[in-house]
Amino acid sequence: MTSVQHISKPDRLPPISQSGPIAWVRERFFSSIGNTILTFIGLYLLYLIVPPMLNWAILDANISGTDRSVCDANRDGACWTFIKVRIVQIMFGLFYSANPDQIWRPIMAFAILGGLITALLLPWIPKKPYIGAFTIFVFPFIAYALIHGEWLGLKVAESDTWGGLMLTLILAFIGIAAAFPIGIMMALGRQSDLPIIRYLCVLYIELWRAAPLITILFMASVMIPLFFPAELDFDKVLRALIGISLFQSAYTAEAIRGGLQAIPKGQYEAADALGLSYWKKTILIILPQALKISIPGIVNTFITLFKDTSLVSIIALTELTGITRFAAGSLEWKGKLIEGYVFAAFIYWCFCFSMSRYASSLERKLDTSHRN
Amino acid sequence: MAEKSKIPLHRDPFVRSLIVQLTIPALLIWGLYIMFQNTVENLARGGIKTSFDFLGEVAPFAIGFSPFWTFELGKSTYLDVFIIGIQNTILVAVLGIIAATTLGFIIGVMRLSPNWLVSRFALVFIETLRNIPLLLQILFWNFAIFLAFLPGPRQSLEFLNSIFLNGRGLYLPKPVVNDWSGFWVVLGVFIAGIVGTIILRRWAKQRQDETGKLFPARLVGLGGIILLTLLALLVTGGPISFELPALQRFNFEGGIELPLPLFSLWFALSLYTSAFIAENVRGGIQSVSKGQTEASEALGLPRGLMMQKIIIPQAMRVIIPPTISQFLNLTKNSSLAVAVAFEETVAIFAGIALNQTGQAVTIIFMTMAVYITLSLLTSLILNIYNRRVQLVER
Repeated sequence: MTSVQHISKPDRLPPISQSGPIAWVRERFFSSIGNTILTFIGLYLLYLIVPPMLNWAILDANISGTDRSVCDANRDGACWTFIKVRIVQIMFGLFYSANPDQIWRPIMAFAILGGLITALLLPWIPKKPYIGAFTIFVFPFIAYALIHGEWLGLKVAESDTWGGLMLTLILAFIGIAAAFPIGIMMALGRQSDLPIIRYLCVLYIELWRAAPLITILFMASVMIPLFFPAELDFDKVLRALIGISLFQSAYTAEAIRGGLQAIPKGQYEAADALGLSYWKKTILIILPQALKISIPGIVNTFITLFKDTSLVSIIALTELTGITRFAAGSLEWKGKLIEGYVFAAFIYWCFCFSMSRYASSLERKLDTSHRN
Repeated sequence: MAEKSKIPLHRDPFVRSLIVQLTIPALLIWGLYIMFQNTVENLARGGIKTSFDFLGEVAPFAIGFSPFWTFELGKSTYLDVFIIGIQNTILVAVLGIIAATTLGFIIGVMRLSPNWLVSRFALVFIETLRNIPLLLQILFWNFAIFLAFLPGPRQSLEFLNSIFLNGRGLYLPKPVVNDWSGFWVVLGVFIAGIVGTIILRRWAKQRQDETGKLFPARLVGLGGIILLTLLALLVTGGPISFELPALQRFNFEGGIELPLPLFSLWFALSLYTSAFIAENVRGGIQSVSKGQTEASEALGLPRGLMMQKIIIPQAMRVIIPPTISQFLNLTKNSSLAVAVAFEETVAIFAGIALNQTGQAVTIIFMTMAVYITLSLLTSLILNIYNRRVQLVER
């Protein structure tokens, strides 16, 4: 009798042509003739685009000095000196660039906001609804007290002199904070059983969504003073804020409606079976679930809003886009539009890109369906 | 016997809904009425009487660009201004939609390319353009790039000696019909070619259903249309000629002139919207389940045919609805023309005309009505499309 001995040999590594960096390169770049040609065309285009941009933006760029003589001496590269000299203005607007000793006020306001948002994002911090409500309803007043200064007895910064990234953030944040409660009411109204309420809400949402923001801003700046008694005085920032909030509330309502519709019908029926009243059902059962589902949608509308705040520069407010134009139009820095716009674009991009990444990661986390 | 229990009035769902539905509209009407009163009062103080009468008044400013509707300073009215505004809005929207769709599809397909470089390029393109405000992009291209770097008319960038680009605008050759009877013949041949192609495709499909033999009907049809039209052009002795822009003393004359603001607006709008369309295209193609690809591979379909017959038709159903919304967004975004002073609805009507007449209520109302009509039209098209697609599905 012969016995057969089984000795398992260690797995052999896959052939070098199937794995590892060489295979990766081959598959991604040279898998076929067409692919190879594409690779070479792509490399050539990269060679055409990247080195000149790199030279302009970094290698040949000027950052030293405090006036434009440095830039005039070396015209090949970007003039970041302009940004460096005007950074306070670009960030905080005219009042704070005239009073640079006061910039701790907006910085403190945004530090508080940053802390609140961090608390909302970190998963292990409890009592999120309270933090959220505080952020939306209480924080704006703290920020106003700090930035405007009158309530705290600080040097008053009239809203006409607000500007830069600070104003962009104020418009975007107050816009969403004010739009949020209106949006919830409208979304609930649109789902309501009461026909008149439903039609009113549909009308409200669709009208605001149909018009471009710029016409709404025109309307806000021209018509709000007409709608109210002449004694009431609305300043430019407030008028823009009203326009933005109303506009945004329609989009928020649609995002929340998406969340309301995504909740299984059983939840509504179970709440009814328990005998809860409409408001109890809505506040205790429906909204907590619906709002959670609609966060990615709300973040996406917020990204659009954040970009759209640039439109207020058309009605003569100096937020990030407007202040960049203003600074690059000054006698001292005439013709530095490219540097200004590239810098502003970079700031917008950082905010929007990180928010869109957050929204899509959240969407993936909330998506429990098993596709593919 | 126990009395039939009666729901107290304040708990009766019917009574409650009635009360709510009467109170809220009443409050709304009351609020609107107060606002209306204030508006009338404020306008009266400013000496303005709201009406549509100003539309008949002569507009005291010039409009430089109006390709179809003639504008004459001193004769044209505010109504003409309104019509020209709508015309230019539609013009820039159509031009933008064509360019954005073409570019968007190319970038969207590139995003899914197996070539790493190509897909990364598409990714960078999409993520850069999507995350920067459109207004900033329009300003950047118009003021920082085109106005600053495009040469004067004498040093224009030229393409095939017939297309010119300089700091004032883009100049294209303009088709001119010199012989109308010949033109109708050519047009007839062209239409006949299209009809013939449709019949050819029907026949090819029927034959494929019966025998399984493929016939490249699309290619043959397209070639036929081009050849026949060229032949008709030759036979009729060229009824259409092109008027080329020619450099005169100060600028180009003749041809089609697209002023620089229109060009920058179109350029920025198309790039921005194409990034969104590219994402729709990518999402649409990826939404076709992998089984479909595998099944068609198992059937032995070549890659081109698989895309054409299996993937694209299914992807289109997902791609088209959000893309139509993007078209609407593009149209609404064309209102940013006001930043570069291109003469469309918002810029000349809600901007200049409003400043001239002070008719805020009427003008804002009319401007909003234009966009609301456009977006209602869009949602109508969307609904029709969705219904059709659903019928095909089930």
